[in-house]
Amino acid sequence: MAEPILEMQGVTAHYGRIQALKGISLKVFPGEIVTIIGANGAGKSTTLMTICGIVRATAGEVRYRGEVISSQSPDVLPARGLIQVPEGRRIFPRLTVSENLDMGAFFRKDEDGIRRDRDLVFELFPVLKERRRQPGGTLSGGEQQMLAIGRAIMGRPTVLLLDEPSLGLAPLIVQQIFRIVKSISEENKTTIVLVEQNANLALNLASRGYVLETGSVVLEDDARALLENPDIRKAYLGE
Amino acid sequence: MEYFFQQFINGITLGGVYALFALGYTMVYGIIQLINFAHGEFFAAGGYVGVIVLSFLGAHGYMGTHPWLCLAFSLVLTMGYCAMLAMAVEKIAYKPLRRSTRLSVLLSALGMSIFLQNGLMLTQGVYDKAYPTAFVQGGLDIGGVRISIMQLLILGLTAVLLFILNALVFRTRIGKAMRATAQDKVMSALVGINSNRIISLTFAIGAGLAAAAGIMVGLYYGAVRYDMGFVPGVKAFAAAVLGGIGNITGAMLGGFIIGMVEIMAAAYVPHGGEYKDVFAFIILIAVLYFMPTGIMGENVDDTRV
Ligand SMILES: Nc1ncnc2c1ncn2[C@@H]1O[C@H](COP(=O)(O)OP(=O)(O)O)[C@@H](O)[C@H]1O
Ligand SMILES: [Mg+2]
Repeated sequence: MAEPILEMQGVTAHYGRIQALKGISLKVFPGEIVTIIGANGAGKSTTLMTICGIVRATAGEVRYRGEVISSQSPDVLPARGLIQVPEGRRIFPRLTVSENLDMGAFFRKDEDGIRRDRDLVFELFPVLKERRRQPGGTLSGGEQQMLAIGRAIMGRPTVLLLDEPSLGLAPLIVQQIFRIVKSISEENKTTIVLVEQNANLALNLASRGYVLETGSVVLEDDARALLENPDIRKAYLGE
Repeated sequence: MEYFFQQFINGITLGGVYALFALGYTMVYGIIQLINFAHGEFFAAGGYVGVIVLSFLGAHGYMGTHPWLCLAFSLVLTMGYCAMLAMAVEKIAYKPLRRSTRLSVLLSALGMSIFLQNGLMLTQGVYDKAYPTAFVQGGLDIGGVRISIMQLLILGLTAVLLFILNALVFRTRIGKAMRATAQDKVMSALVGINSNRIISLTFAIGAGLAAAAGIMVGLYYGAVRYDMGFVPGVKAFAAAVLGGIGNITGAMLGGFIIGMVEIMAAAYVPHGGEYKDVFAFIILIAVLYFMPTGIMGENVDDTRV
């Protein structure tokens, strides 16, 4: 296989004295969809926030495109193609839908490309076009998730980190969102790291998966193998 | 009736100055939840730098030939100077405390205020410094209401600055980034916004506007003093709270209301002129007591920063 585009090596992270990550190592290869599953509090969100430099790794290394990024300022990463759709969507509530999308393209200067990408987002999510002048905070949960993904698309991600995009959404909306995630991966060759509690959905979309428990990777395997693994079926697929 | 219109004009003029001054409080609060006690010092520094530049130009004879050009020049220079001063204050006194408790930053702001005020006193002395005002004498009579050139100048300048600020904050890419940073610093970092730069810029803009207000007050009253930032500062702060602190439109509105109340109270309340400074404080206390989020605070959500 090629070189990993994103790699964590023995990464630990702390909140004050609480250790949230106890030495995470993982590899993500260009173009693949990798999922991270695990129970509430396992450290999935912390893993993504540490990759993006919001939470500082206290030991270990995060590498992106072969370069150590764990000591860089988080705001330089989106321009290099590393983009996160965080847990809870974090829509700017008092910016309009359209302004939220603009913020996704904040670091870009190619006005024409930005306009084309905005049209693309409106094509993917027509409801956002209808509501483009409305404050982001007034959207429903599903619409906010669409906006969060649309905002990420505006940054033309090379690696897209998605934190529980299905959280709190109706099954139909979840399906729609997963379809679009799949199409982003297929059409743009975007590498995707998908954090999910909905393990069934995630493992069906991904090619590989990591299982997190209390800050450590306890299992990594092909998604298919994980789906068939009896321990996983019992712990995360509700059997 | 004419008397009322006269007072109305006076009220808007004073209100515009408070509005410009209040914006710095509200913008800084909006972005880092700090009540910047040192903000009044940028107003005072503006008043002083303005008169220093004008006097310098006067000494070289330019005030006599091109007074308006001189004023424009000193305004730009002063706003730039105070913007840089504010960025320095932010970097030295607030940025290192970004992760500390709000109380420590507040105390640091208080210390900065005392430091800057004393610095001004030591370098410029304790006495009033007179503004050259000969070029803004005269006025217009409109149906018995007198508008002085000075008032026209202040009103015009205030309108232009408020307009530019609104366009900047609500129309430009940087303005959107400012509002995004105020709303969610983690997410703004995740879209590539450098929040340190945005915070620094916010201080600069607030101080620039306060500096312009300082020059206007210097021109209006004909003089400045080292402690001139204090009382108007509390009134501008009252204006920001009245408008809903963090809300830009609210601060503008609050400024005009405080200015108007002060002038009207002085005009119509018996002996009002003697204790006109009290009214802003009464409003401040009433707002804090009865509607702590201010008139625009929670209802008109989308104009918060
Ligand atoms: N901001 C925080 N402050 C303190 N502890 C936190 C914070 N965020 C997460 N934690 C703790 O870190 C651990 C991992 O949390 P998280 O990464 O959010 O897990 P997950 O996303 O898998 O649910 C949990 O024990 C959680 O309580
Ligand atoms: Mg989580």
